[in-house]
Amino acid sequence: MSYSPAATDNSVPILKVRELKVHFPVKRGLIFQRTVGVVKAVDGVDIEIKHGETLGLVGESGSGKTTLGRAVLRLNDTSGGSISYSGQDVLALRGGEMRRLRKNIGMVFQDPYGSLNPRMTVGNIVAEPMLVHKIFDNKLAIRNRVMELFDTVGLNRSMASRYPHEFSGGQRQRVGIARALASGPNILICDEPVSALDVSIQAQIISLFDRLKLEQQLTYLFIAHDLSVVRHVSDVVAVMYLGKIVEQGNADDIYRSPQHPYTQALLSAVPIPDPAVERKRSRTVLKGDIPSPLNPPSGCVFSPRCPIAEDRCFVEAPMSRTLSDGRRAACHKV
Amino acid sequence: MTEALLTVENLHTQFRTEGGVVQAVDDVSFNIQAGETFALVGESGCGKSVTALSIMGLIPNPPGEITSGSIEFDGVDLLQVSSTEMRSIRGSKIGMIFQEPMSSLNPVLTIESQLAEPLKIHIGLSSAAANDRAQELIDMVGIPDSKTRLKQYPHELSGGQRQRIMIAMAMACTPRLLIADEATTALDVTIQAQILDLMQEVTEKSGAALLIITHNLGIVARYADRVAVMYAGKLREVGDASDIYAASQHPYTVGLLRSVPRLDSEKGTPLSPIGGEIPDLTNLPGGCAFNPRCQWAVDRCSIEEPELIEIAQGKQVACFEHASVSLSV
Repeated sequence: MSYSPAATDNSVPILKVRELKVHFPVKRGLIFQRTVGVVKAVDGVDIEIKHGETLGLVGESGSGKTTLGRAVLRLNDTSGGSISYSGQDVLALRGGEMRRLRKNIGMVFQDPYGSLNPRMTVGNIVAEPMLVHKIFDNKLAIRNRVMELFDTVGLNRSMASRYPHEFSGGQRQRVGIARALASGPNILICDEPVSALDVSIQAQIISLFDRLKLEQQLTYLFIAHDLSVVRHVSDVVAVMYLGKIVEQGNADDIYRSPQHPYTQALLSAVPIPDPAVERKRSRTVLKGDIPSPLNPPSGCVFSPRCPIAEDRCFVEAPMSRTLSDGRRAACHKV
Repeated sequence: MTEALLTVENLHTQFRTEGGVVQAVDDVSFNIQAGETFALVGESGCGKSVTALSIMGLIPNPPGEITSGSIEFDGVDLLQVSSTEMRSIRGSKIGMIFQEPMSSLNPVLTIESQLAEPLKIHIGLSSAAANDRAQELIDMVGIPDSKTRLKQYPHELSGGQRQRIMIAMAMACTPRLLIADEATTALDVTIQAQILDLMQEVTEKSGAALLIITHNLGIVARYADRVAVMYAGKLREVGDASDIYAASQHPYTVGLLRSVPRLDSEKGTPLSPIGGEIPDLTNLPGGCAFNPRCQWAVDRCSIEEPELIEIAQGKQVACFEHASVSLSV
């Protein structure tokens, strides 16, 4: 299976992001503020997801992965580029149209504590999207649907009238997933959905995502920093670093033979839970810190930490190129 | 086996909470040999951090209290020494690194004065000598431009750099034991690898033992010689890392290993999560605390509590059914 963003086979991308830019002005001053700089959180990103596919978006803190996910739902203002959902120009949508888009794209957040209203029962939390999107015209139908959703995500129906604080982290994340599913979306954007959970609970939630994908033909934009989790869930992987995608393509290809030096270093930094494997692995440990997005390096953003950088990498930013196996990488030396 | 550097025996640490008395560490015994890397692994609330704090004599009392047991370190029972003696052991013989370096560093003191302080207190160096040594330490932990860095405050450094400072501070008096409690959990994966490699390097060089406390099974596999798996206040399995990962005989360890997605697994390999939830310590199930989540549980498991017993040289397991438990079943 090869991956090509330009492919025009039968599976048309359901979500297409082109040259997307999200820049945040940095302001100083008490009342009369002036802009002193700009953080290019997302800086010219292309991704596309086909129906039923999972795109794993990985990167370290400050890479812009969360901002990209939020921009798709217009939770951030964008500074350039385009987003299209099923052929619709997302950035041109207004009011009611925008609400309809959000009915079709659900979101699951990282923090299962902060993302649920503590003063609502979990039943009402899951019912709310159905009221907002006027999916049913009577309360009984909503109630029944909430119960179905509880079954789907593995929550006990009798818990519907309890409050979020009565639940564990894993259960709260199930509530968050039920809420995201309530409006009947095609796409789920999951932003670090399991990183706040314990290992044994994490596996339960990942398995739930696996099952939902099969049962409901969901498409996922799965944002995470844990490369092992992303390996498990993704068909396609995009690796972000300081606002840019440095490599993207078929997940198997990327995990088997990463081409970009950052992807290589990132994968080799992740320990594999098997001492026999670990002892035999050769690793590249990156030097230095992730630069501040306020003051990114010139040339290739990865150049100061890159083990194979040469002179031109510090001057000239590499363009993203399509390689022979269909993946894309942005590196002069690939 | 060589003489143990640290021997924890029948340690019981409890906390008084609104919900009643919580036995956070319940009859824990293990030892760490000089120079080895030992990992204490478990999920949140299992008691791994409380074990570390008990060793360091840092259990807040009240609400916490070590009710029984002994912690012998380098020939001294740490539970019997005075608080003054404990303070001197803490700075000079046992170093500790915590998860959040920002809250362990003093925000209003420069890096230099924080690094020099233990040297003046514990070794009795003069200010000038301590400052020189501070620069050596900061070079040792790989912070570039050490002269400028020494004059800076913690907020001017990145998370990774702060954790390097913590390592420098912990290693300042060349301790015999370095305890790292989830020391890299808050860091990005490329920085995490740097910091763990650094900890391994500095402890290897000085011959110190390293106690890694983590929930990350990958980190344990990469760095640990021996492992103890903890669940609901008790050790469930102890052994050589290679043996635990290849042939675990405790259902909880097996469950954990099957739960973690692996970087090198084939796509589509299903995970086998452990069912159920981590139990509330104020309301533990009867018998073995893991029995409601255990696929090997028999009637006896909900009534009786299995002891941690030695089943082979250097391998201990607390499970009645250990003979039939294996990763491949």
